[in-house]
Amino acid sequence: MKFRRFYAIFRKEGLHIVRDWRSLGLALAIPAMLLLLFGYALTLDVDKIPTAVYDQDRTPQSRDLIAHFQGSRYFHITDLNATYSSIEKSINKSSVIVGIVIPKDFGRTILSNGAAQVQLILDGADSNTASIAMGYANALVATYSGEVRDRELSRRGTPKVKLPVDVRVRMLYNPELKSKNFIIPGLISVILMLVAAMLTSLTIAREWESGTMEQLLSTPVRPIELLMGKLCAYFVLGTVDMALALILGMGVFNVPLHGSALLLGVSSMLYLFGALCWGILISTITRTQQMAFQISLLTSFLPAFLLSGFIYSLDNMPWIIRQISRIFPARYFVAILQGVFLKGIGFGLLWSNFLFLLIYAVVVFVIANKKLRPKIA
Amino acid sequence: MGNGPQPEPYAVVVEQLVKRFGDFVAVDHVSLSVAQGEIFCFLGPNGAGKSTTIRILCGLLAPTSGKATVHGYDVATQSEEVKRSIGYMSQRFSLYDDLTVNENIEFFSGVYGVPKARRQSRKEEVLKMAGLEDRANDATGLLTGGWKQRLALGCAILHEPPIVFLDEPTSGVDPIARRHFWDLIYEMSERGSTVFVTTHYMEEAEYCQRLALMYRGKIIALGAPDDLKRDLGPDAKMEDVFITSIEREEARDEAKEGQ
Repeated sequence: MKFRRFYAIFRKEGLHIVRDWRSLGLALAIPAMLLLLFGYALTLDVDKIPTAVYDQDRTPQSRDLIAHFQGSRYFHITDLNATYSSIEKSINKSSVIVGIVIPKDFGRTILSNGAAQVQLILDGADSNTASIAMGYANALVATYSGEVRDRELSRRGTPKVKLPVDVRVRMLYNPELKSKNFIIPGLISVILMLVAAMLTSLTIAREWESGTMEQLLSTPVRPIELLMGKLCAYFVLGTVDMALALILGMGVFNVPLHGSALLLGVSSMLYLFGALCWGILISTITRTQQMAFQISLLTSFLPAFLLSGFIYSLDNMPWIIRQISRIFPARYFVAILQGVFLKGIGFGLLWSNFLFLLIYAVVVFVIANKKLRPKIA
Repeated sequence: MGNGPQPEPYAVVVEQLVKRFGDFVAVDHVSLSVAQGEIFCFLGPNGAGKSTTIRILCGLLAPTSGKATVHGYDVATQSEEVKRSIGYMSQRFSLYDDLTVNENIEFFSGVYGVPKARRQSRKEEVLKMAGLEDRANDATGLLTGGWKQRLALGCAILHEPPIVFLDEPTSGVDPIARRHFWDLIYEMSERGSTVFVTTHYMEEAEYCQRLALMYRGKIIALGAPDDLKRDLGPDAKMEDVFITSIEREEARDEAKEGQ
């Protein structure tokens, strides 16, 4: 490899990147856009669930129960004077997710020490939110029952009985259970893959389309010089993107970084290099930019999004899908990101993920270099 | 520039060269030799096999069989050395449109490995040759056909190669620019470069010292333009040479099939 030829390619690619302001803008805007979009929109947190109440009883007891719901941050009562038909209509319109129906004899049953009932109507179409809402509602009603029982016992003069078992929860790593703390580190892997693989996949295809590849092949330039020149130019761009994503994630969304920044930097660069090599490999096997774009979308963005464990937990996927996810680097990088960001764990626990990223980058680089060769000779 | 392994009178020697793509024979047992400093022309219709032959000679395609040496190097086994001794300009003027004239020159200077000390002077010479001194900082995409073509030629000879291959360099360029381009070819030849040109314009075939008529992958006539014309009679034109040669070739083919 001659430095002079490598540098000529590197400089030329740099000029292409800077001159093509539309692609450059896209390369810089896509990460910011995705982060803002997903950071704000893709929240898995369930709170302020819109709730309608049909209180048929209208006694102090029923109002007490409703007050419990009103006091919870998870529920937001939008309608206190609902009926069965209005609850059904609101659920159909999706303006309400939970309906609470308190039957007529609710207060009297409680006062006479019977087992009172309350009905919960849930919108099961969004099964995730519905099951979380059901959990919260059950807990609230249980708390309320406990209070009623305690009050009854003290009225009778019996000393308070402690609960035989009391759960004490200690939530590790993400104590507020904010989904953005979990999503944003994972999102960085999707963004890097998208930008890196997509942009580089177009570079060689573009040279075939414009006929400059033929010219290049007639010069003494070697495949490795061409490859390294292009890779390095896009590596600079990718690093800027990565920094942008990290600054946005930590600055705007306040995602805490518990682990080492160095580890984060090294792993990101390793991942970025692999993604760039993958883009180049796509580029060497396609001759048109359109084809390269489609293949890179299918093989980089989608696996990084769906098969990385960034949103959808890999443990819940069928065995075969889990095995497929193992050949994509995103899965390993997401593990590193979430480990470094949230858990603050170090290289000792993450080394196997690093090893895979390294192997991936080297293997793809070697194949890309081989694939480029027969066309040059 | 560097010399071949041994001093040879011929810049290009081709013996029984064959290139097949599946069943299709693009180059059919072609033999020819081009002397040092000669302007040699490949004339023939589109699809005759001119570009394929040139691409083999530039080390871009591997021959199916036969032998070819360029500047003394075997194209099949020494493509690296071949590439260092040649300048190649493909059918489409392959420059980077988003780069300026200067940046294109600097890029090719880098990939051809022009020594640092020579770079500035080579750049100025090429700008002067292409007549682009005043437009050095313009985007290449803004240049019209004739200018682009001269710049492409300039970029292909930055490293002062002893042999230059030009594949249909004048297609899509107006007649005045074409004439001007041929002046450049003569200048290169005078300075000792061997120039190998393909064309499908009859009139251009007259400009060269020797030419090969190529048709369906075969060379059907080979010689100096004047000799080829003289064989047909005192008033014969290049076009007559072309048509007569093709008719003869087709008659021979039919005779063969009839047997």
